[in-house]
Amino acid sequence: MSILVDRNTRLLVQGITGREGSFHTTQMVEYGTNVVAGVTPGGKGKEVAGVPVFDTVAEAVAATQPNVSIIYVPARFAPDAIYEAVDNGIPFVICITEGIPVADMVAVYAHVREKGARLLGPNCPGIITPGQAKVGIMPGFIHMPGPIGLVSRSGTLTYEVVDALTKAGLGQTTAIGIGGDPIIGTSFVDALALFEADPETKAIVMIGEIGGTDEEDAARFISERVTKPVVGFIAGRTAPPGKRMGHAGAIISGGAGTAAEKIAALEAAGVPVADRPSAVPALIRAAMAR
Amino acid sequence: MDIHEYQAAEIFGRYGIPVNPGEVAETPAQAEEIAAKFGTLVAVKSQVHTGGRGKAGGIRIAKTPEAAREAAEAILGMDIKGHVVNKVLIARGADIAREFYLGVVLDRPRRQITIMASAEGGVDIEEVARERPEKIVRALADPELGLHPWQARQVAFQLGLAPELINGFASIVMKLYDAYVKEDATLAEINPLVLTSSGEWIALDSKMSFDDNALFRHPGIEQLRDLAEENATELEARHSGISFVKLDGDIGCIVNGAGLAMATMDAVKLHGGEPANFLDVGGGASAEQVAKAFRLVTADPSVRAILINIFGGITRGDVVAEGITTALGQVDVKVPIVVRLSGTNAEEGRQLLAEAGLTAVDSMDDAAAAVVRAA
Repeated sequence: MSILVDRNTRLLVQGITGREGSFHTTQMVEYGTNVVAGVTPGGKGKEVAGVPVFDTVAEAVAATQPNVSIIYVPARFAPDAIYEAVDNGIPFVICITEGIPVADMVAVYAHVREKGARLLGPNCPGIITPGQAKVGIMPGFIHMPGPIGLVSRSGTLTYEVVDALTKAGLGQTTAIGIGGDPIIGTSFVDALALFEADPETKAIVMIGEIGGTDEEDAARFISERVTKPVVGFIAGRTAPPGKRMGHAGAIISGGAGTAAEKIAALEAAGVPVADRPSAVPALIRAAMAR
Repeated sequence: MDIHEYQAAEIFGRYGIPVNPGEVAETPAQAEEIAAKFGTLVAVKSQVHTGGRGKAGGIRIAKTPEAAREAAEAILGMDIKGHVVNKVLIARGADIAREFYLGVVLDRPRRQITIMASAEGGVDIEEVARERPEKIVRALADPELGLHPWQARQVAFQLGLAPELINGFASIVMKLYDAYVKEDATLAEINPLVLTSSGEWIALDSKMSFDDNALFRHPGIEQLRDLAEENATELEARHSGISFVKLDGDIGCIVNGAGLAMATMDAVKLHGGEPANFLDVGGGASAEQVAKAFRLVTADPSVRAILINIFGGITRGDVVAEGITTALGQVDVKVPIVVRLSGTNAEEGRQLLAEAGLTAVDSMDDAAAAVVRAA
């Protein structure tokens, strides 16, 4: 078991012929992900890493029945790509693209919900179920199948923690990057609920950062609804207020969204918080042994 | 992106919001001239991208043109929280009966645009939100249909306004929401929005910030950028596609990925050092980007050592190492450098770096400890 993607994933790649799209499609196919189709308007008849390309999502759906779509489309066109995916019945859409205007995401998020679909991202590394499906831009080889569910707002920091877990012999059910933007489709709470319901996930790692209150919401949800051990890490203890730290959503504004508040909320919910990424595996082992 | 009060007032005016008349002065003489033209009591207001101007003495009331000149003399050149005042707004005095707060912001947890209003205007709204949250009235805009006029009226009624004042207030709410949406703002705020004793509404202080990701569709807003308000290195970084934030420490950081860059700063601090900057070179960490990053970091004279933290991932470690050595050929770096390199072919990469005379390690903790020792 795992969450959201596995051996039964039939993946569609939107923006498949672009530089990012074609590179990562090759990487995903090499990992063993079942990539069934790609879409690039005007790209019909082409192939990328053996994957057939269509002009529209409707055509790709009719010919190949994908159940997940991943979007590698520039920011100006990404909202339209998300609409095209959900309007054609794709239930799970992952948007890698960074730099989408917030106002566009307000409307996109509402529309995705109305359609009953799920969005992951934007501005995220994607999702991987080790040994089954890699749907994103993460390096597959650092992952290993196992009992840990991992959810994070970051990209390379997630790889850092995954690498530490794998080297410590702690494999992952699924690692999910929810993205660094102010408005994202899947929150910590959503991911925690999925891991809580997944019988193979025995413990959960959540990696947060400054900005917003998603970590505080997660802490509340953990104390009320999560029975599995959870370990946290929060990046940005040294971040100054009022400055955007790379991610559009990583900003301490009006004194709210600090690492200290998030760490306090998690600890109050009984979640041990690592002071450095390399400390996560030991905390997870200790939490699982309790 | 932030703009000045007088620029925000201009935009609000275009949307039909009644803003207080005012003009910008860059010299005391101009201030006197503008005040004489108004012929009334004026407020002389420092134009800087930070709050707390009043408390810092950056806003003064002047009863005569001469007093306006003196106030401008005192305020121009003043340093308010690290922002030097180059301009003052000379605004006509208003006959204030009541002060309100009105703002439009994004409610992140609800993923909707929200109206915030309070009958306690003119004060720090964050303080009101913390200490007297019941004094703040809110309305959430429909993500697809926008804000309805009935919601604006409801806010007005909830503030306890008299019936004859409802429509005037509600119309300002609608216009401010309109400005927020059409200009891709992240904040549109009037504080205070005043009611004069003759029953008129006037936006006495205007504030607006914009979504950097949406500037591509607002060339006019981009032109309002005040380069004097921005850190020169941060500005240069943005042109190079690098995220950079200047900090107060002495350990320069070059990292791929925003989350890892924050964690790297935290690791430096954990090992007893102080980070000099936040820097995300982007995913690939090419020779070109690393060279730019070296230039940005070494531009800060307080930097005494540099930590490069690259989690290679899909990018091969030996390629990253070559990029770093190539970049070092282009930029003369005089301080010690510690490189942490992990991922595919990281060992070969570290070998290359060691041959080039750099300290190359496998773990982030070791790297942070080593760079703090080297500084």
